[in-house]
Amino acid sequence: MRKMLFATCLGAMAAFGAGAANANDELNKMSQNPKDWVMPTGDYANTRYSKLNQITAANVGKLQVAWTFSTGVLRGHEGGPLILGNMMYVHTPFPNKVYALDLSNEGKIVWLYEPKQDPNVIPVMCCDTVNRGVSYADGKIFLHQADTTLVALDAKTGKVIWSVKNGDPKKGESGTSSPMIFKDKVIVGISGGEFGVRGSVTAYNMKDGKLVWRGYSMGPDSDTLLDPVKTTHLGKPVGKDSGIDTWQGEQWKIGGGPTWGWYSYDPELNLMYYGSGNPSTWNPKQRPGDNRWSMTIFARDVDTGMARWVYQMTPHDEWDYDGVNEMILTDQQINGAPRKLLTHFDRNGLGYTLDRVTGELLVAEKYDPKVNWTSGVDMNKTSPTYGRPKVVDQYSTEKGGEDVNVKGICPAALGTKDEQPAAYSPDTQLFYVPTNHVCMDYEPFKVSYSAGQPYVGATLSMFPPPGETHMGNFIAWDNKTGKIVWSNKEQFSVWSGALATAGGVVFYGTLEGYLKAVDAKTGKELYKFKTPSGIIGNVTTYEQGGRQYVAVLSGVGGWAGIGLAAGLLTPEGAAEWQGAAGRAAAGRALESAARNVDTAGLGAVGGYAALSNYTALGGTLTVFALPQ
Amino acid sequence: MRTICFVVATIALVASGGFAFAEDGIDPTAVKSEDGKYLDKEGNPTFKVAPDGTVDWYTYSGYRRYHSECHVCHGPDAEGSTFAPPLKNSIKTMSYGEFLEVVASGRKNVSTSQENVMPAFGANPNVACYMDDLYVYLRARAYDAVGRGRPAKHEDKPPAARQAEDSCMGKR
Repeated sequence: MRKMLFATCLGAMAAFGAGAANANDELNKMSQNPKDWVMPTGDYANTRYSKLNQITAANVGKLQVAWTFSTGVLRGHEGGPLILGNMMYVHTPFPNKVYALDLSNEGKIVWLYEPKQDPNVIPVMCCDTVNRGVSYADGKIFLHQADTTLVALDAKTGKVIWSVKNGDPKKGESGTSSPMIFKDKVIVGISGGEFGVRGSVTAYNMKDGKLVWRGYSMGPDSDTLLDPVKTTHLGKPVGKDSGIDTWQGEQWKIGGGPTWGWYSYDPELNLMYYGSGNPSTWNPKQRPGDNRWSMTIFARDVDTGMARWVYQMTPHDEWDYDGVNEMILTDQQINGAPRKLLTHFDRNGLGYTLDRVTGELLVAEKYDPKVNWTSGVDMNKTSPTYGRPKVVDQYSTEKGGEDVNVKGICPAALGTKDEQPAAYSPDTQLFYVPTNHVCMDYEPFKVSYSAGQPYVGATLSMFPPPGETHMGNFIAWDNKTGKIVWSNKEQFSVWSGALATAGGVVFYGTLEGYLKAVDAKTGKELYKFKTPSGIIGNVTTYEQGGRQYVAVLSGVGGWAGIGLAAGLLTPEGAAEWQGAAGRAAAGRALESAARNVDTAGLGAVGGYAALSNYTALGGTLTVFALPQ
Repeated sequence: MRTICFVVATIALVASGGFAFAEDGIDPTAVKSEDGKYLDKEGNPTFKVAPDGTVDWYTYSGYRRYHSECHVCHGPDAEGSTFAPPLKNSIKTMSYGEFLEVVASGRKNVSTSQENVMPAFGANPNVACYMDDLYVYLRARAYDAVGRGRPAKHEDKPPAARQAEDSCMGKR
């Protein structure tokens, strides 16, 4: 059974390649070579799967550090290096240095690019000065700087070939995402959902940096590149100016919907996929309506930017559940029929499986059982609320209203998963998902907008879920049934991108700084090593000189570093909160609530400990291999 | 421009309040109240926590404003983060006037290993209209007069606070 499915999958992958014959052939072909890691996401489908199999479940326990490299920057290091032949390209957070290392010459620095940027961009980067990596195509390395400058560097020399400005930091716009290269275009997004920016995705010509198209998350059809008739939402045409008519007045102009996640691409369909972030502000009362198209999965034509379909996961967000997480493209059988699927683990705690050709919703299930703000998505196609999540009143900050503290919402604004990308192995047909296991209190209140200033409008505090002492899980997920197959507890949120390999080993990093290897089938921990700082980077693998290497950036920070550095609430505070949550839980007996309080107090010693007791700032690439 | 003055730490016990008052050397004990806002003997805004844990309005309001505007860099409960320093410590070496100046004009702290930049909040009404609230809350945190998390009980919002807020935020 499994073998048959695998064969089908391989066939489909071959077809994938053939369809792209006239697209950006070079890059697509290069991504098929498992010795390299040519794009931040590993491949267009964002599977983060490598065919390399020298490191296996049987031998990974012997893994050793082969070499290390200090980036010279002490900030949150997200993303990971690119590897092309004998060259490795390593990026850093602000000031966004790029190092080109020669792997065939003991990692010698061939060139270093360091842009001059106005440091005034630092405070408009909401959650640390992260950068998620560079891209390669056509002999160029593309970097998206903090100040929103998109720059094309000569891959051989590091010299600037062209550079464009994608946004304006004075308005709170910043650059954190990795550019992606689809066909002859460099696709780049924007950050600033906490500053009232209007999110957009922009395609620049790879050759000269000329702007080809820009699709906004909200606004008139001419801005959103939505066709009233041809663009569909759950199978129905979106209608005229759908990016305006669920907003009050001109609120859409500061409507949020930033686009700082990862983008995937299906060359055969010529569609790129990404999600938009939270509507601005975090106070839902201040922006009545569905706030389209924030919190939305977009499928856009790469040539024109026109949206084929959209799906809004969280209409009228009340919790900051950005929809920016990656869309993983797989070809799998469902009920005996081959399907082109898109799998997405949303901040809102639901794992979605859609048909990526049509945008049809197939599965929407919780990938953390503690998710409580919704009782689930209406899957009845004839229902007027089809495709909408049913919001539980008790956890609705809209229902609670301004200046009311809504308690015990799971997940927290960090989401059940944030940008840290999941991996998919065609061998097991499982998704490997780094998750956060944190809940929150959320109190919205009125804020006024001023350009370039935070536009948040809610008071938050975060806690582990009632009765729990761990704040993260690393899970294996079946996207066809929407079920967790196995789940490993982690003391802190898992904020590192996963890697799946043909060796039957899955890798991820932890906030304490461990690189971990687990068995792809069972989740059993096979290896761990503590790197110099907490890991929020993505694990990468490559082959050089006949040896398989595994590389990861450590450097604690990002939102995880801000939220967890000092630890969450003290045991006493959490016990108080958990008592309240316990009392509020419908139908729960009083003594049960009392028991919850006790458990919280007892378990608190380990679980609520501060991350700062385990790791400190850093910036190091650690590369592993088996002993020779 | 800004002159940040690091006064030599003097640790002493205040007989009345029992606070080990910190490096700024100013006793934070509230000696009077003006329209629900408590002031220390120097006339600086300060916190007031009743024996049953009820906090004054400004401490509570400051908690809320901090966790909207400040915590995204400075971490929950003024405890600091990987990105920015813990304000419950920073406040100890700052006078009220210096606090206002830094929040209004921002500050830069650049070294070889780090570039810390705090923006100017003077033109942001969500911060500028609540300077005293933030100062009072941070001061309460500095002296551990309030713990982590949301203060459980607080005094009612004084009419003066409501009026000041409305006029500052430009409400009708």
